[in-house]
Amino acid sequence: MIITKEKPLEEIYASIADCKKVLFVGCDGCTQPPRGLKEAETLAKLVEMKSKMEGKPIECRFTTVVKQCCDESVGNLRVQIGDCDGMVSLACGVGVQILNKVYPEIWTRPAQNTMFIGSEEIRQGPMYEMCLACGDCILEETGGICPVTRCAKGLLNGPCGGCVEGKCELPMEVNGEMVKNDCAWYLIYHRAKELNRLDLFRKYRPPKKRALAMNPRRL
Amino acid sequence: MQEAFSELAKKIKAGEFVYTGELEPHNLSTEIGDVVDWAKTLKSIGRITAANVTDNPQSFSAMSSLAASFIIQRDSGLEMVYQLRTADKNRLALASDILAAAAFGLKNILALTGDHTHMGNTPDAKPVFDLDSAQLVDLIHHMVYEGTDLSGNEVQGPRPEINIGVAGNPNQEPLEIEVLKMERKAEVGADFIQTQVVFDVDIALTYLESIEHIGIPTFIGIFPPRSYGQAEFFDKFVSGVTVPPEFLKTFKEFKAISDKAERKKKIDEFNIDYFVNFVKEIRKKKNCAGCHIMAVGYPDVIAPIIEGAEK
Ligand code: SF4
Ligand code: SF4
Repeated sequence: MIITKEKPLEEIYASIADCKKVLFVGCDGCTQPPRGLKEAETLAKLVEMKSKMEGKPIECRFTTVVKQCCDESVGNLRVQIGDCDGMVSLACGVGVQILNKVYPEIWTRPAQNTMFIGSEEIRQGPMYEMCLACGDCILEETGGICPVTRCAKGLLNGPCGGCVEGKCELPMEVNGEMVKNDCAWYLIYHRAKELNRLDLFRKYRPPKKRALAMNPRRL
Repeated sequence: MQEAFSELAKKIKAGEFVYTGELEPHNLSTEIGDVVDWAKTLKSIGRITAANVTDNPQSFSAMSSLAASFIIQRDSGLEMVYQLRTADKNRLALASDILAAAAFGLKNILALTGDHTHMGNTPDAKPVFDLDSAQLVDLIHHMVYEGTDLSGNEVQGPRPEINIGVAGNPNQEPLEIEVLKMERKAEVGADFIQTQVVFDVDIALTYLESIEHIGIPTFIGIFPPRSYGQAEFFDKFVSGVTVPPEFLKTFKEFKAISDKAERKKKIDEFNIDYFVNFVKEIRKKKNCAGCHIMAVGYPDVIAPIIEGAEK
Protein backbone atom coordinates (compact mmCIF):
# COMPACT_ATOMS: atom_id res chain seq x y z
CA MET A 1 0.00 0.00 0.00
CA ILE A 2 0.95 3.66 -0.29
CA ILE A 3 2.30 5.06 2.95
CA THR A 4 1.66 8.74 3.56
CA LYS A 5 2.52 11.16 6.33
CA GLU A 6 0.30 14.08 7.25
CA LYS A 7 1.68 17.53 6.50
CA PRO A 8 1.89 19.97 9.40
CA LEU A 9 -1.41 21.78 9.99
CA GLU A 10 0.33 25.12 9.40
CA GLU A 11 1.38 24.05 5.94
CA ILE A 12 -2.08 22.75 4.98
CA TYR A 13 -3.73 25.90 6.34
CA ALA A 14 -1.29 28.19 4.53
CA SER A 15 -2.05 26.46 1.23
CA ILE A 16 -5.80 27.26 1.47
CA ALA A 17 -5.70 30.47 3.52
CA ASP A 18 -7.23 32.43 0.61
CA CYS A 19 -10.31 30.14 0.32
CA LYS A 20 -13.80 30.65 1.76
CA LYS A 21 -15.23 27.13 1.53
CA VAL A 22 -13.08 24.05 1.35
CA LEU A 23 -13.97 20.40 0.85
CA PHE A 24 -11.67 17.87 2.55
CA VAL A 25 -11.70 14.62 0.61
CA GLY A 26 -10.59 11.36 2.23
CA CYS A 27 -9.63 8.18 0.42
CA ASP A 28 -10.78 4.70 1.42
CA GLY A 29 -8.23 3.08 -0.89
CA CYS A 30 -4.81 1.74 -0.04
CA THR A 31 -3.40 4.82 1.70
CA GLN A 32 -1.95 4.01 5.09
CA PRO A 33 -2.39 5.03 7.83
CA PRO A 34 -6.14 5.35 7.08
CA ARG A 35 -7.14 8.66 5.49
CA GLY A 36 -10.91 8.14 5.18
CA LEU A 37 -14.01 9.94 6.38
CA LYS A 38 -13.00 10.12 10.04
CA GLU A 39 -9.60 11.60 9.24
CA ALA A 40 -11.11 14.04 6.75
CA GLU A 41 -13.55 15.21 9.41
CA THR A 42 -10.83 15.68 12.02
CA LEU A 43 -8.63 17.64 9.66
CA ALA A 44 -11.54 19.79 8.41
CA LYS A 45 -12.46 20.71 11.97
CA LEU A 46 -8.88 21.53 12.91
CA VAL A 47 -8.42 23.79 9.91
CA GLU A 48 -11.75 25.47 10.53
CA MET A 49 -10.75 26.18 14.11
CA LYS A 50 -7.40 27.52 13.04
CA SER A 51 -8.94 29.78 10.40
CA LYS A 52 -11.26 31.27 13.00
CA MET A 53 -8.35 31.91 15.32
CA GLU A 54 -6.53 33.62 12.47
CA GLY A 55 -9.60 35.86 11.93
CA LYS A 56 -10.23 34.62 8.39
CA PRO A 57 -12.85 31.89 8.82
CA ILE A 58 -12.99 29.11 6.26
CA GLU A 59 -16.03 26.86 6.08
CA CYS A 60 -14.67 23.34 6.02
CA ARG A 61 -16.69 20.36 4.79
CA PHE A 62 -15.62 16.77 4.46
CA THR A 63 -16.33 13.60 2.53
CA THR A 64 -14.53 10.53 1.27
CA VAL A 65 -14.37 8.38 -1.86
CA VAL A 66 -13.68 4.69 -2.47
CA LYS A 67 -10.38 5.50 -4.15
CA GLN A 68 -9.00 8.75 -5.43
CA CYS A 69 -6.63 7.18 -7.93
CA CYS A 70 -9.42 6.60 -10.47
CA ASP A 71 -11.12 9.29 -12.54
CA GLU A 72 -14.37 7.32 -12.44
CA SER A 73 -14.41 6.87 -8.65
CA VAL A 74 -14.08 10.59 -7.98
CA GLY A 75 -16.66 11.41 -10.68
CA ASN A 76 -19.62 11.89 -8.32
CA LEU A 77 -18.05 14.46 -5.97
CA ARG A 78 -19.76 17.31 -7.83
CA VAL A 79 -22.69 17.55 -5.37
CA GLN A 80 -20.48 17.75 -2.31
CA ILE A 81 -18.22 20.30 -3.97
CA GLY A 82 -21.18 22.62 -4.49
CA ASP A 83 -19.92 26.18 -4.14
CA CYS A 84 -16.57 25.28 -2.56
CA ASP A 85 -13.65 27.32 -3.84
CA GLY A 86 -10.95 24.88 -2.74
CA MET A 87 -10.31 21.22 -1.98
CA VAL A 88 -7.83 19.35 0.18
CA SER A 89 -7.09 15.73 -0.60
CA LEU A 90 -6.06 13.31 2.11
CA ALA A 91 -4.97 10.77 -0.48
CA CYS A 92 -1.51 10.11 -1.88
CA GLY A 93 -0.03 12.29 -4.61
CA VAL A 94 -2.01 10.34 -7.19
CA GLY A 95 -5.34 11.30 -5.63
CA VAL A 96 -4.39 14.98 -5.46
CA GLN A 97 -3.52 14.97 -9.15
CA ILE A 98 -6.69 13.14 -10.18
CA LEU A 99 -8.91 15.61 -8.31
CA ASN A 100 -7.10 18.49 -10.02
CA LYS A 101 -7.59 16.77 -13.37
CA VAL A 102 -11.27 15.86 -12.96
CA TYR A 103 -12.22 19.18 -11.29
CA PRO A 104 -9.86 21.63 -12.94
CA GLU A 105 -11.95 24.65 -11.89
CA ILE A 106 -11.13 23.97 -8.24
CA TRP A 107 -7.59 23.81 -7.02
CA THR A 108 -6.98 20.71 -4.84
CA ARG A 109 -4.10 20.90 -2.35
CA PRO A 110 -2.34 17.95 -0.69
CA ALA A 111 -2.74 17.17 3.00
CA GLN A 112 -0.15 14.38 2.90
CA ASN A 113 3.44 13.84 2.01
CA THR A 114 3.47 10.63 0.02
CA MET A 115 6.27 8.51 1.41
CA PHE A 116 6.58 5.07 -0.15
CA ILE A 117 5.10 1.72 -1.12
CA GLY A 118 5.35 -0.25 2.04
CA SER A 119 3.99 -2.41 4.80
CA GLU A 120 3.12 -2.12 8.46
CA GLU A 121 4.12 -4.71 11.00
CA ILE A 122 0.98 -4.32 13.08
CA ARG A 123 -1.91 -1.86 12.82
CA GLN A 124 -0.61 1.60 13.70
CA GLY A 125 2.86 0.08 14.00
CA PRO A 126 6.08 0.99 12.24
CA MET A 127 6.00 1.08 8.45
CA TYR A 128 8.63 -0.13 6.07
CA GLU A 129 9.41 0.69 2.47
CA MET A 130 9.27 -2.54 0.47
CA CYS A 131 9.10 -1.91 -3.28
CA LEU A 132 10.33 0.81 -5.62
CA ALA A 133 8.28 -0.46 -8.55
CA CYS A 134 11.44 -1.05 -10.57
CA GLY A 135 9.58 -2.74 -13.41
CA ASP A 136 11.70 -5.90 -13.37
CA CYS A 137 10.99 -7.84 -10.20
CA ILE A 138 13.79 -10.13 -9.03
CA LEU A 139 12.19 -11.35 -5.82
CA GLU A 140 12.26 -14.89 -7.19
CA GLU A 141 16.05 -14.68 -7.11
CA THR A 142 16.47 -13.10 -3.72
CA GLY A 143 14.20 -15.23 -1.59
CA GLY A 144 11.44 -12.63 -1.49
CA ILE A 145 13.59 -9.81 -0.08
CA CYS A 146 13.94 -6.77 -2.33
CA PRO A 147 17.50 -5.42 -2.58
CA VAL A 148 16.46 -2.67 -4.98
CA THR A 149 14.46 -1.07 -2.18
CA ARG A 150 15.75 -2.44 1.08
CA CYS A 151 19.47 -2.10 0.33
CA ALA A 152 20.27 1.58 0.84
CA LYS A 153 22.36 1.53 -2.33
CA GLY A 154 20.03 -0.71 -4.32
CA LEU A 155 22.91 -3.08 -5.04
CA LEU A 156 22.32 -6.21 -7.09
CA ASN A 157 25.56 -7.85 -5.94
CA GLY A 158 25.68 -7.05 -2.25
CA PRO A 159 26.42 -6.75 0.50
CA CYS A 160 28.83 -3.82 0.44
CA GLY A 161 31.61 -3.32 2.95
CA GLY A 162 29.29 -1.30 5.15
CA CYS A 163 27.41 -4.34 6.42
CA VAL A 164 28.43 -4.82 10.04
CA GLU A 165 26.75 -7.34 12.32
CA GLY A 166 23.92 -7.60 9.83
CA LYS A 167 23.15 -3.88 9.93
CA CYS A 168 23.39 -1.34 7.13
CA GLU A 169 26.02 1.40 7.28
CA LEU A 170 23.40 4.07 6.67
CA PRO A 171 21.74 5.34 9.82
CA MET A 172 18.13 6.49 9.40
CA GLU A 173 16.14 8.96 11.35
CA VAL A 174 12.80 7.50 12.38
CA ASN A 175 10.54 9.74 14.44
CA GLY A 176 13.48 11.64 15.83
CA GLU A 177 15.53 8.57 16.66
CA MET A 178 18.56 7.26 14.77
CA VAL A 179 18.16 3.61 13.86
CA LYS A 180 20.03 1.16 11.67
CA ASN A 181 18.14 -1.03 9.24
CA ASP A 182 18.95 -4.66 8.67
CA CYS A 183 21.30 -5.02 5.72
CA ALA A 184 19.08 -6.39 2.95
CA TRP A 185 21.92 -8.48 1.52
CA TYR A 186 22.68 -9.99 4.89
CA LEU A 187 19.01 -11.04 5.04
CA ILE A 188 19.16 -12.35 1.47
CA TYR A 189 22.25 -14.41 2.29
CA HIS A 190 20.53 -16.05 5.27
CA ARG A 191 17.32 -16.58 3.32
CA ALA A 192 19.21 -18.20 0.45
CA LYS A 193 21.02 -20.45 2.91
CA GLU A 194 17.72 -21.40 4.53
CA LEU A 195 16.30 -22.27 1.11
CA ASN A 196 19.45 -24.19 0.29
CA ARG A 197 19.99 -21.90 -2.69
CA LEU A 198 23.28 -20.12 -1.98
CA ASP A 199 23.87 -20.37 -5.71
CA LEU A 200 21.31 -17.59 -6.11
CA PHE A 201 23.22 -15.40 -3.68
CA ARG A 202 26.53 -16.19 -5.36
CA LYS A 203 25.23 -15.47 -8.86
CA TYR A 204 26.54 -12.33 -10.57
CA ARG A 205 23.71 -10.00 -11.58
CA PRO A 206 24.42 -7.66 -14.49
CA PRO A 207 23.37 -4.01 -14.30
CA LYS A 208 19.70 -3.23 -14.03
CA LYS A 209 17.70 -2.08 -17.04
CA ARG A 210 16.90 1.38 -15.73
CA ALA A 211 14.85 2.13 -18.83
CA LEU A 212 12.08 0.01 -17.30
CA ALA A 213 11.73 2.46 -14.43
CA MET A 214 11.93 5.70 -16.35
CA ASN A 215 9.13 7.97 -15.40
CA PRO A 216 6.48 8.85 -16.27
CA ARG A 217 5.56 5.28 -17.15
CA ARG A 218 2.38 4.12 -18.89
CA LEU A 219 0.70 0.79 -19.34
CA MET B 1 44.97 -12.28 -14.22
CA GLN B 2 44.41 -12.16 -17.95
CA GLU B 3 47.00 -9.55 -18.85
CA ALA B 4 49.40 -7.39 -16.90
CA PHE B 5 49.35 -3.81 -18.13
CA SER B 6 50.57 -1.95 -15.07
CA GLU B 7 53.89 -2.16 -13.22
CA LEU B 8 51.87 -3.37 -10.27
CA ALA B 9 50.28 -6.20 -12.23
CA LYS B 10 53.57 -7.14 -13.86
CA LYS B 11 55.26 -7.47 -10.50
CA ILE B 12 52.39 -9.52 -9.13
CA LYS B 13 52.60 -11.77 -12.16
CA ALA B 14 56.36 -12.14 -11.66
CA GLY B 15 55.65 -13.38 -8.14
CA GLU B 16 57.25 -10.43 -6.41
CA PHE B 17 55.87 -9.39 -3.00
CA VAL B 18 54.53 -5.91 -3.70
CA TYR B 19 53.91 -2.88 -1.51
CA THR B 20 51.32 -0.22 -2.26
CA GLY B 21 50.56 3.03 -0.48
CA GLU B 22 47.62 5.37 -0.24
CA LEU B 23 47.11 9.05 -1.06
CA GLU B 24 44.12 11.15 -0.15
CA PRO B 25 43.32 14.43 -1.92
CA HIS B 26 42.05 16.92 0.67
CA ASN B 27 38.34 17.55 1.22
CA LEU B 28 36.97 20.27 -1.01
CA SER B 29 40.43 21.58 -1.84
CA THR B 30 42.18 22.66 -5.02
CA GLU B 31 45.57 21.98 -3.39
CA ILE B 32 47.36 18.84 -4.53
CA GLY B 33 51.02 19.85 -4.07
CA ASP B 34 51.57 18.21 -0.70
CA VAL B 35 49.90 15.02 -1.93
CA VAL B 36 52.38 14.96 -4.81
CA ASP B 37 55.20 15.44 -2.27
CA TRP B 38 53.90 12.54 -0.24
CA ALA B 39 53.88 10.42 -3.42
CA LYS B 40 57.51 11.43 -4.00
CA THR B 41 58.33 10.34 -0.46
CA LEU B 42 56.66 6.98 -1.09
CA LYS B 43 58.59 6.61 -4.32
CA SER B 44 61.88 7.47 -2.64
CA ILE B 45 61.40 4.51 -0.31
CA GLY B 46 62.11 2.44 -3.39
CA ARG B 47 59.97 -0.54 -2.57
CA ILE B 48 56.52 0.98 -3.06
CA THR B 49 55.25 0.03 -6.51
CA ALA B 50 52.06 2.05 -6.63
CA ALA B 51 49.74 4.17 -4.56
CA ASN B 52 45.97 4.40 -4.46
CA VAL B 53 44.26 7.74 -4.88
CA THR B 54 41.01 7.82 -2.94
CA ASP B 55 37.73 8.85 -4.54
CA ASN B 56 35.58 11.04 -2.27
CA PRO B 57 36.29 8.91 0.82
CA GLN B 58 33.42 8.72 3.32
CA SER B 59 31.45 10.68 0.71
CA PHE B 60 33.23 13.97 1.39
CA SER B 61 33.88 15.71 -1.90
CA ALA B 62 37.53 15.99 -2.84
CA MET B 63 39.31 16.70 -6.12
CA SER B 64 38.33 14.17 -8.79
CA SER B 65 40.44 11.10 -8.20
CA LEU B 66 40.89 10.80 -11.95
CA ALA B 67 42.52 14.23 -12.23
CA ALA B 68 44.45 13.72 -9.00
CA SER B 69 45.75 10.32 -10.14
CA PHE B 70 46.93 11.84 -13.41
CA ILE B 71 48.68 14.82 -11.78
CA ILE B 72 50.32 12.78 -9.04
CA GLN B 73 51.51 10.05 -11.41
CA ARG B 74 52.88 12.65 -13.82
CA ASP B 75 54.63 14.75 -11.19
CA SER B 76 55.92 12.03 -8.89
CA GLY B 77 56.65 9.24 -11.34
CA LEU B 78 54.94 6.77 -9.00
CA GLU B 79 52.27 4.55 -10.56
CA MET B 80 48.74 5.22 -9.36
CA VAL B 81 45.82 2.98 -8.52
CA TYR B 82 42.91 5.18 -9.48
CA GLN B 83 40.01 4.54 -7.10
CA LEU B 84 36.62 4.88 -8.72
CA ARG B 85 33.34 4.56 -6.87
CA THR B 86 29.90 4.03 -8.31
CA ALA B 87 28.18 6.12 -5.64
CA ASP B 88 28.40 9.36 -7.62
CA LYS B 89 28.28 8.40 -11.29
CA ASN B 90 26.10 6.41 -13.62
CA ARG B 91 27.45 3.91 -16.15
CA LEU B 92 27.73 6.59 -18.79
CA ALA B 93 29.94 8.83 -16.64
CA LEU B 94 31.94 5.84 -15.41
CA ALA B 95 32.69 4.78 -18.98
CA SER B 96 33.92 8.29 -19.83
CA ASP B 97 36.20 8.26 -16.80
CA ILE B 98 37.60 4.88 -17.82
CA LEU B 99 38.34 6.25 -21.30
CA ALA B 100 39.98 9.30 -19.76
CA ALA B 101 42.02 7.12 -17.42
CA ALA B 102 43.31 5.23 -20.43
CA ALA B 103 44.21 8.50 -22.20
CA PHE B 104 45.97 9.72 -19.05
CA GLY B 105 48.11 6.61 -18.92
CA LEU B 106 46.56 5.28 -15.73
CA LYS B 107 46.91 1.51 -15.63
CA ASN B 108 45.08 0.44 -12.48
CA ILE B 109 41.55 1.10 -11.33
CA LEU B 110 40.20 0.00 -7.99
CA ALA B 111 36.48 -0.57 -8.59
CA LEU B 112 34.46 0.47 -5.56
CA THR B 113 30.85 0.99 -4.62
CA GLY B 114 31.74 3.65 -2.06
CA ASP B 115 30.15 4.81 1.14
CA HIS B 116 26.58 6.01 0.93
CA THR B 117 26.45 9.64 -0.25
CA HIS B 118 24.27 10.56 2.70
CA MET B 119 27.15 9.88 5.10
CA GLY B 120 29.38 12.70 3.89
CA ASN B 121 29.25 16.47 3.71
CA THR B 122 26.46 16.67 1.12
CA PRO B 123 23.78 14.49 2.73
CA ASP B 124 21.07 15.66 0.34
CA ALA B 125 22.96 14.66 -2.80
CA LYS B 126 21.26 12.11 -5.03
CA PRO B 127 22.90 8.75 -4.47
CA VAL B 128 23.63 7.24 -7.87
CA PHE B 129 24.69 3.59 -7.50
CA ASP B 130 23.58 2.85 -11.05
CA LEU B 131 26.20 0.07 -10.95
CA ASP B 132 27.73 -1.72 -8.00
CA SER B 133 31.41 -2.55 -7.71
CA ALA B 134 31.04 -5.97 -9.38
CA GLN B 135 29.23 -4.38 -12.31
CA LEU B 136 31.95 -1.71 -12.55
CA VAL B 137 34.50 -4.51 -12.81
CA ASP B 138 32.32 -5.97 -15.55
CA LEU B 139 32.25 -2.60 -17.37
CA ILE B 140 36.03 -2.07 -17.21
CA HIS B 141 36.65 -5.67 -18.21
CA HIS B 142 34.35 -5.28 -21.20
CA MET B 143 36.09 -2.11 -22.31
CA VAL B 144 39.56 -3.62 -21.95
CA TYR B 145 38.97 -7.09 -23.36
CA GLU B 146 35.88 -6.86 -25.59
CA GLY B 147 36.31 -3.26 -26.65
CA THR B 148 32.69 -2.43 -25.77
CA ASP B 149 30.72 -0.86 -22.96
CA LEU B 150 27.96 -2.81 -21.21
CA SER B 151 25.40 -1.82 -23.84
CA GLY B 152 27.57 -3.28 -26.57
CA ASN B 153 28.73 0.08 -27.97
CA GLU B 154 32.20 -0.18 -29.44
CA VAL B 155 35.20 1.63 -28.03
CA GLN B 156 36.95 3.61 -30.78
CA GLY B 157 40.72 3.76 -30.90
CA PRO B 158 43.01 1.55 -28.90
CA ARG B 159 41.32 -0.32 -26.08
CA PRO B 160 42.05 0.84 -22.53
CA GLU B 161 44.89 -1.09 -20.91
CA ILE B 162 43.87 -1.29 -17.31
CA ASN B 163 44.20 -3.78 -14.49
CA ILE B 164 41.22 -4.04 -12.20
CA GLY B 165 41.37 -4.15 -8.44
CA VAL B 166 38.54 -4.74 -5.99
CA ALA B 167 38.16 -4.16 -2.28
CA GLY B 168 38.13 -7.11 0.10
CA ASN B 169 36.64 -7.25 3.55
CA PRO B 170 38.32 -9.78 5.86
CA ASN B 171 36.13 -8.58 8.71
CA GLN B 172 32.87 -9.70 7.10
CA GLU B 173 30.77 -11.92 9.33
CA PRO B 174 30.12 -14.65 8.32
CA LEU B 175 33.14 -14.85 6.06
CA GLU B 176 31.21 -17.04 3.62
CA ILE B 177 29.41 -13.91 2.40
CA GLU B 178 32.73 -12.36 1.46
CA VAL B 179 34.01 -15.53 -0.18
CA LEU B 180 30.94 -15.80 -2.41
CA LYS B 181 31.23 -12.11 -3.26
CA MET B 182 34.86 -12.53 -4.27
CA GLU B 183 33.92 -15.51 -6.43
CA ARG B 184 31.46 -13.18 -8.19
CA LYS B 185 34.05 -10.45 -8.66
CA ALA B 186 36.55 -12.97 -9.98
CA GLU B 187 33.96 -14.21 -12.46
CA VAL B 188 33.61 -10.73 -13.97
CA GLY B 189 37.33 -10.13 -14.19
CA ALA B 190 38.94 -8.72 -11.04
CA ASP B 191 42.76 -8.89 -11.24
CA PHE B 192 43.66 -8.19 -7.63
CA ILE B 193 42.14 -7.57 -4.21
CA GLN B 194 43.14 -4.85 -1.74
CA THR B 195 41.62 -5.38 1.66
CA GLN B 196 40.29 -3.09 4.28
CA VAL B 197 42.62 -2.42 7.21
CA VAL B 198 43.44 -5.49 9.28
CA PHE B 199 45.18 -5.34 12.67
CA ASP B 200 44.83 -8.96 13.70
CA VAL B 201 47.16 -11.21 11.72
CA ASP B 202 44.92 -14.24 12.33
CA ILE B 203 42.03 -12.48 10.60
CA ALA B 204 44.31 -11.78 7.63
CA LEU B 205 45.51 -15.40 7.47
CA THR B 206 42.00 -16.85 7.75
CA TYR B 207 40.88 -14.52 4.99
CA LEU B 208 43.70 -15.48 2.67
CA GLU B 209 42.96 -19.17 3.24
CA SER B 210 39.24 -18.75 2.66
CA ILE B 211 39.69 -17.13 -0.75
CA GLU B 212 42.72 -19.09 -1.87
CA HIS B 213 40.64 -21.28 -4.21
CA ILE B 214 39.57 -18.18 -6.15
CA GLY B 215 43.17 -17.49 -7.10
CA ILE B 216 43.10 -13.68 -7.04
CA PRO B 217 46.34 -12.07 -5.81
CA THR B 218 45.49 -10.28 -2.59
CA PHE B 219 46.97 -7.28 -0.79
CA ILE B 220 46.32 -7.06 2.92
CA GLY B 221 45.70 -3.52 4.14
CA ILE B 222 47.55 -2.27 7.21
CA PHE B 223 47.49 1.04 9.04
CA PRO B 224 50.22 1.65 11.62
CA PRO B 225 48.56 4.14 13.98
CA ARG B 226 50.46 7.19 15.16
CA SER B 227 48.63 7.45 18.45
CA TYR B 228 46.24 5.73 20.82
CA GLY B 229 43.49 7.97 19.47
CA GLN B 230 44.02 6.70 15.96
CA ALA B 231 44.02 3.06 17.02
CA GLU B 232 40.91 3.63 19.08
CA PHE B 233 39.25 5.40 16.15
CA PHE B 234 39.67 2.31 14.00
CA ASP B 235 38.33 0.06 16.71
CA LYS B 236 35.30 2.20 17.42
CA PHE B 237 34.36 4.02 14.26
CA VAL B 238 35.58 2.19 11.19
CA SER B 239 32.93 -0.23 10.00
CA GLY B 240 33.86 -3.79 10.77
CA VAL B 241 37.48 -3.14 11.81
CA THR B 242 38.53 -4.40 15.20
CA VAL B 243 41.84 -3.77 16.90
CA PRO B 244 43.12 -6.55 19.18
CA PRO B 245 42.76 -5.59 22.87
CA GLU B 246 46.49 -6.07 23.60
CA PHE B 247 47.34 -3.75 20.75
CA LEU B 248 45.05 -1.08 22.15
CA LYS B 249 46.38 -1.66 25.65
CA THR B 250 49.96 -1.10 24.49
CA PHE B 251 49.00 2.14 22.79
CA LYS B 252 47.19 3.26 25.91
CA GLU B 253 50.41 2.78 27.83
CA PHE B 254 52.28 4.87 25.26
CA LYS B 255 49.73 7.60 25.70
CA ALA B 256 50.82 7.93 29.31
CA ILE B 257 54.41 8.76 28.30
CA SER B 258 54.67 12.52 28.77
CA ASP B 259 57.87 13.14 26.79
CA LYS B 260 56.71 13.60 23.21
CA ALA B 261 59.90 12.44 21.50
CA GLU B 262 60.12 9.41 23.77
CA ARG B 263 56.49 8.54 23.10
CA LYS B 264 56.95 8.79 19.35
CA LYS B 265 60.06 6.62 19.53
CA LYS B 266 58.20 3.93 21.44
CA ILE B 267 55.23 4.02 19.09
CA ASP B 268 57.47 3.84 16.02
CA GLU B 269 59.41 0.92 17.46
CA PHE B 270 56.26 -0.93 18.36
CA ASN B 271 54.66 -0.37 14.96
CA ILE B 272 57.79 -1.49 13.14
CA ASP B 273 58.12 -4.63 15.21
CA TYR B 274 54.41 -5.47 15.09
CA PHE B 275 53.95 -4.93 11.38
CA VAL B 276 57.24 -6.53 10.31
CA ASN B 277 56.03 -9.72 11.97
CA PHE B 278 52.58 -9.21 10.51
CA VAL B 279 53.92 -8.91 6.96
CA LYS B 280 56.28 -11.84 7.43
CA GLU B 281 53.32 -14.01 8.41
CA ILE B 282 50.96 -13.00 5.63
CA ARG B 283 53.55 -13.31 2.88
CA LYS B 284 53.82 -17.02 3.61
CA LYS B 285 50.43 -17.43 1.96
CA LYS B 286 50.60 -18.15 -1.73
CA ASN B 287 47.73 -15.82 -2.68
CA CYS B 288 49.12 -12.91 -0.69
CA ALA B 289 50.49 -10.61 -3.38
CA GLY B 290 51.59 -7.88 -1.07
CA CYS B 291 50.77 -5.34 1.54
CA HIS B 292 48.77 -2.16 1.15
CA ILE B 293 50.18 0.33 3.64
CA MET B 294 47.71 3.06 4.50
CA ALA B 295 49.93 5.19 6.68
CA VAL B 296 48.86 8.56 5.37
CA GLY B 297 51.12 11.19 6.94
CA TYR B 298 53.34 8.73 8.80
CA PRO B 299 56.29 7.99 6.51
CA ASP B 300 58.80 7.23 9.28
CA VAL B 301 57.68 3.65 9.76
CA ILE B 302 57.02 2.59 6.18
CA ALA B 303 60.63 2.06 5.08
CA PRO B 304 61.64 0.18 8.26
CA ILE B 305 58.57 -2.07 8.05
CA ILE B 306 59.37 -2.99 4.46
CA GLU B 307 63.06 -3.42 5.21
CA GLY B 308 62.32 -5.63 8.19
CA ALA B 309 59.80 -7.74 6.31
CA GLU B 310 62.19 -8.24 3.41
CA LYS B 311 65.04 -9.52 5.60
S1 SF4 C 1 12.55 -6.08 -7.39
FE1 SF4 C 1 11.51 -4.26 -8.22
S2 SF4 C 1 9.36 -4.83 -8.45
FE2 SF4 C 1 10.32 -6.40 -7.15
S3 SF4 C 1 9.94 -5.71 -5.06
FE3 SF4 C 1 11.90 -4.85 -5.66
S4 SF4 C 1 11.48 -2.84 -6.53
FE4 SF4 C 1 9.55 -3.95 -6.40
S1 SF4 D 1 25.08 -2.38 4.22
FE1 SF4 D 1 23.73 -3.79 3.14
S2 SF4 D 1 21.80 -2.70 2.90
FE2 SF4 D 1 23.34 -1.19 3.46
S3 SF4 D 1 24.07 -0.39 1.52
FE3 SF4 D 1 25.45 -2.05 2.06
S4 SF4 D 1 24.58 -3.87 1.09
FE4 SF4 D 1 23.00 -2.31 1.07
